[in-house]
Amino acid sequence: MLRIECPCCGLRDHDEFRYGGDASITRPGHDDPDPEAWYRYVYVRKNPPGPHREFWQHVTGCRQWLVVERDTRNHAIASVGFARKTRA
Amino acid sequence: MNSNDRRLPAGGRIDRMRPIGFSFDGRTLNGYQGDTLASALLANGITLTGRSFKYHRPRGTFSAGPEEPNALVTLGTGGRREPNLPATALELAQGMIAESQNRWPSLGFDLQSINGLFAPFLSAGFYYKTFMGPTRRAWMFYEHFIRRAAGLGRAGTERDPDRYEVRHAFADVAIAGGGPAGLSAARAAAYAGADVALIEQDFLLGGQLLSERSDGEAAAWLKAIETELAGLPNVTVWRRTMAFGIYDGNTLALIERNDDPVVQGVARQVFTMLRARAVVFAAGAIERPLVFSNNDRPGVMLASAARTYFNRFAVLPGKNILVATTNDGAYRAAIDLAAAGAQVTIADQRSTLPAGLAAEARRLNIAIRSGTQIADLRGGHAVKAAKLAGPGGNSEIACDLVCVSGGWSPTVHLTSHLGVKPVYRDDMNGFVPGGLPAGHFGAGSMMGRYSTADAIDGGHRAGIEAAAFCGKSAAAPAPARLDLGEAATDAFRAIPSTGRGKAFVDFQMDVTTKDIELAHREGYESVEHLKRYTTLGMGTDQGKTGNFAALSAMAALRQETIPQTGTTTFRPPYAPVAIGALAGRAVGHHFKPIRRTPMHDWHVANGADMLEVGLWMRPYFYRAAGRDVNEAYVAEMRMVRGAAGLMDISTLGKIDVQGPDAAIFLDRVYANGFAKLPVGRARYGVMLRDDGIVFDDGTTTRLSENRFFMTTSTAKAADVLSRLEFLLDTAWPELRVAVTSVSDEWAAMSLAGPKSRDVLAAAFLGLDVSNDALPHMGVAEAEFDGRALRIIRLSYSGERAYEIYVGATAGETVWRHVLEAGATFGLNSYGVEALGALRVEKGHVAGPEIDGRTTLDDLGLGRMAAKRTGFVGDVLRRRPAFQAPNRQRLVGLESAEEGKRLRGGAILFIPGDIVTGHGRGRITSVTFSPELGRYVGLALLAGDVAVEGSEVLATYPMKAETVRARIVSPVFVDPKGERLHG
Amino acid sequence: MNMSRYSVSSILRNGLSGQKNWQRAWRAAEPKPAYDMIIVGGGGHGLATAFYLAENHGIRNVAVLEKGYVGGGNVGRNTTVIRSNYLLDGNTQFYEFSVKLWEGLSQALNFNVMFSQRGQIVTAHSADQLDTFGHRANIMRLNGIDADILDRDAVRRLVPYLDFSDTARFPIYGAILQGRAGTARHDAVAWGYARAADSHGVDIIQNCEVTGFVRDGDRIVGVETSKGRIGAGKVGLAVAGHTSVLGRKAGLELPIESHVLQAFVTEPLKPLVDHVVAYGADHFYVSQSDKGGLVFGGNLDGYNSYAQRGNLGVVREVAEAAIALMPCISRVRLLRHWGGVMDMTPDASPIICPTPIDGLYLNGGWCYGGFKATPASGWCFAHTLATGKPHPLIAAFRLDRFRTGHTLDEAGAGPSAWLQ
Repeated sequence: MLRIECPCCGLRDHDEFRYGGDASITRPGHDDPDPEAWYRYVYVRKNPPGPHREFWQHVTGCRQWLVVERDTRNHAIASVGFARKTRA
Repeated sequence: MNSNDRRLPAGGRIDRMRPIGFSFDGRTLNGYQGDTLASALLANGITLTGRSFKYHRPRGTFSAGPEEPNALVTLGTGGRREPNLPATALELAQGMIAESQNRWPSLGFDLQSINGLFAPFLSAGFYYKTFMGPTRRAWMFYEHFIRRAAGLGRAGTERDPDRYEVRHAFADVAIAGGGPAGLSAARAAAYAGADVALIEQDFLLGGQLLSERSDGEAAAWLKAIETELAGLPNVTVWRRTMAFGIYDGNTLALIERNDDPVVQGVARQVFTMLRARAVVFAAGAIERPLVFSNNDRPGVMLASAARTYFNRFAVLPGKNILVATTNDGAYRAAIDLAAAGAQVTIADQRSTLPAGLAAEARRLNIAIRSGTQIADLRGGHAVKAAKLAGPGGNSEIACDLVCVSGGWSPTVHLTSHLGVKPVYRDDMNGFVPGGLPAGHFGAGSMMGRYSTADAIDGGHRAGIEAAAFCGKSAAAPAPARLDLGEAATDAFRAIPSTGRGKAFVDFQMDVTTKDIELAHREGYESVEHLKRYTTLGMGTDQGKTGNFAALSAMAALRQETIPQTGTTTFRPPYAPVAIGALAGRAVGHHFKPIRRTPMHDWHVANGADMLEVGLWMRPYFYRAAGRDVNEAYVAEMRMVRGAAGLMDISTLGKIDVQGPDAAIFLDRVYANGFAKLPVGRARYGVMLRDDGIVFDDGTTTRLSENRFFMTTSTAKAADVLSRLEFLLDTAWPELRVAVTSVSDEWAAMSLAGPKSRDVLAAAFLGLDVSNDALPHMGVAEAEFDGRALRIIRLSYSGERAYEIYVGATAGETVWRHVLEAGATFGLNSYGVEALGALRVEKGHVAGPEIDGRTTLDDLGLGRMAAKRTGFVGDVLRRRPAFQAPNRQRLVGLESAEEGKRLRGGAILFIPGDIVTGHGRGRITSVTFSPELGRYVGLALLAGDVAVEGSEVLATYPMKAETVRARIVSPVFVDPKGERLHG
Repeated sequence: MNMSRYSVSSILRNGLSGQKNWQRAWRAAEPKPAYDMIIVGGGGHGLATAFYLAENHGIRNVAVLEKGYVGGGNVGRNTTVIRSNYLLDGNTQFYEFSVKLWEGLSQALNFNVMFSQRGQIVTAHSADQLDTFGHRANIMRLNGIDADILDRDAVRRLVPYLDFSDTARFPIYGAILQGRAGTARHDAVAWGYARAADSHGVDIIQNCEVTGFVRDGDRIVGVETSKGRIGAGKVGLAVAGHTSVLGRKAGLELPIESHVLQAFVTEPLKPLVDHVVAYGADHFYVSQSDKGGLVFGGNLDGYNSYAQRGNLGVVREVAEAAIALMPCISRVRLLRHWGGVMDMTPDASPIICPTPIDGLYLNGGWCYGGFKATPASGWCFAHTLATGKPHPLIAAFRLDRFRTGHTLDEAGAGPSAWLQ
């Protein structure tokens, strides 16, 4: 059971969260017409054995999308923060 | 055999005032409160307790704990039948019915022991070398017999009548093991101020201290610390509880047994997930066997186990005892047993004897032979004599019990579950944890410290450190001392002997030294190859006693050190766990939640045949409309197209979208435009995935400038919401939009049919439902009985239709009200089968077409996005594969053969095709069309042959059917949409 | 290269001589300076590739480099199910070819891989689900693959211990059966291919980790290893689970994520489950090994991982599904569970093809379906290496399909299924 320290709700089991994959890839702008950019965003993954920045959403809690830094070799979590850096 | 004739008259931790009746292989026997099944059997002189896996050799109780390889029994009958339980870990219970296993017809006379005669051919891996002919399927023939010979106990075939629970728990410091180290750690951590959970698999605390005299100083120390812990409010003691694994997040998985007595209503076992901030491992050590010819005979037992049976259970397991050892520990068993009057001989492989212990032993008339090992044993169902090999040559002595000790293996299993490999320590000839991560601590013999004094000291230190890790560091007074005088470590390496008979390293799996030699000879020499080739450690005991001997043997053959040869990875669970306990209460109807709409009870009460869709219960059809679904859905369709029908659509996902940028947001997430949607109007919308495939469809209504009401399909409701939140949180944080699920807040129903407006007007008097006020795609907000009402004129069926939304708690009231108001117009309810059929007639796509592989163009919806860019999925939907001329796209089909039906899942070919392979497409959805009087369907068909008016062959091999079908427009009913307007 | 044949007579002869005359199943080879071809990865696919290079193409100057021990990866960690009930053009034919190779594999390798065609049953829990099975069965039949649709009574006759009671949460409506599906002894597959390849002269080099690639201009001409530099005419990667790691060393960008899939085994039991049974209402499938353990599995753990261990939440979910389908195993005890690292691709189909890098060939992305594919994968990858061109049966498994949109998504779950 991964335990994720949600910055809003506290330390919770990972099955309260929805995984969102690699957070290190930047999504192209919504009107970016470059197929290569979209191909890389949707498909290409670094998939490192080691530290990995990834999205998790606290679906049964605050519903915030978070960025978690986690080591894929031992599942140790180094940091958790909100994915949204700015409030619109 | 007299009952309890091996039981000593006094002593032990059994309650002689509380006898317990049980049965073994049909014999009625007695034991006492405090016994295990194994101790009670031994007390009754029963030494033959099992048969081995492969050769069906007779076997006796070997250990006194969960590491037992031999004494496996099946408990219970019917749904309570439970195979492969080690008798050594079963607390004796009144009425316990135990049976031996893997024998036929009886334990004493097992026909399959004939396998032993073929043993020369049944070496490790022999299966891989034969049974390959004469035909290709020959293995299926042999396998039938091999499977029946293999396996141990037989599982039941009935439902388990007992209950299990799952519990979530938290602690500052969890301590695995209630021996001297664990007790001391618990005490220290508790004084330091931590909340402590002390976990012990046994029904008594004490660990190895329980094997000491029950009236000595160890017992006094134990009693004192138990009392002390009981007085500390921040200590929870979990007896009968096995920590079977440790998982990420410092989550210990525990199984607590309440097997006895099975009280009605009490869970038989409780599966606890204990999240601890720090963990102290104090799991002890397991004694190793010695490897020699016929070392598996009943009557061969670990020396520590013999001592446990004697001191804890007051059973004298033999009268004429040979103790064979490589270390000091076994002397204590020899001394205790001799003091009770047994005749004892010690054969010590070491040439230098421990002076003090040897002197003490000799005072009790124990004969000691140094540099001596067992060469062979005699005796079939019970050991009779041992052949010894020593400096003076060979000799034979009679014996009825052979106590063996090949040293100790620290119980490092749990510490390696998180991926930390154990490391070998030469000074103690064993594996210890290979480093512990922050927050994990170890103490006692598991860390290679074999003396009680060290265990208590180490436990104390670990307890203080673990508490400090949790920020609790109040002063903890030093524990009372207890020095039993054991050596701290022992490095002597056991020497395997070679006799004529089989010398086992894994008793349960029947792995012998010869198997290891063979594995080595054939190149299966890495530890994992050795295990897999010989089945070493694959039994219920997972080789807890024997793995080390095997590893030593392989290292010797490879002429390498043990660490060069390697170690195996320990996997959870530490000892086997009932699957039912892991499932807890999520069984039967509770396996998954059932979702019911606000109108559920009405549907059930009014003859609906309910259907599960996802986790939702929905009305399939109403029995008033027909005897079965086929009759009913056609009648319900006729009702909707002829008058009006009411359908429960509460299961749709509903999302409230608000904010100044809501329109911009929707414009990006939908493939079709929403920015220009006027206030008070609804629009059908399609969302794509980033890869350009259709994700979901639904409608969104603009309630005000900055507020929209979105519906999604039932199946994708949760995914769509998360997706919208993802885009807002990660991709477009600049958009001022908030989204909230309101799925459960609104009950929803669809009122469809030519008379729907009349019904609506009758139901909601005063509401202007005229075409001008509420046109197609219009919305009206009103109140009913003080509750907010939202009516959106949307159609799925192709008829004039209104979706009526009302607060969930008023759902049934409004539903009834509309039905009553509509009765005179012929209104009644209809189910999802009719709903699905109506949409097929209208050519609307749904789940079978939106299958995760189709694009907007495939579904004939390309025009919705023809002139747009900048929405999710737009770029990748333009990839070459999606533009191919033979890309399958949506068409309508109608049967071209009178009276023949179409079937979903039929594969399409064109005349002249060879009917093989994947065809040109498939039928996705079909229905009988009452309006057209024939079967119609939707299909995905290769674009290069999808010419309206031409024919395809719809073949359904599973029914040996082929039907000619005509390609038509997918909109079968009202292609111009005239019924929707006006 | 002087492999002694396994036969009844060799068993008898060795039985009478104390098993002293067996030879090593494969030599303990050390690397030569260079080979015509190097296969990186001594798992099922790598060993099979080496065998078919020698057997089908006469290319024998081949080395298989294995970081640990042969068969220590996913071929030795899976739940051993073999089937060919695939829907999509490109998958169906490939997996059926594989089943056909399985049917003669023990004889071809002279090593009993215990391919047991006990049949696979997937339960259906609604009329709609049974219809989708009908579609699948139609495709199978049209491709020459056996398939049957069973109604509830027929399922009950075959597997009476499933939950047919009133309290079943998802009542059984029927099932799809592929009679020729089954299981095999997973370790034996690796060992059998290793021994057979070795007998053709292939060097199988264990404890040899590839740490880098040797280049001549744009072309890969060898590998750096823990045992030194080894030259190669062509290099084939067959390291599913870790494809990204080696791919990156070669400069390949890949659409792969590593995820953990758990597997479970119970204590040995007398025969109870005579088929492979998969639960159509949730993630659970089970078969019984010849030794008697129930071998089962469920869903992915659900996040990127290279740790070969699973999380507790999935253990619970799988146990719940197990009891939901088979209430009688409530008191059967779980003996061991473990995790394997899977290459997950965006469409859950594999990648076997030449790569954009000259001299480098890729076989990976097997998701959780690699075991059944082992023979066909080896066969087709060997062809691709030998000829430089994809074998027709793997034409659909090309790497550039994600760029072009020719994805092969059996489940329709799409890339990043969690994000949909």
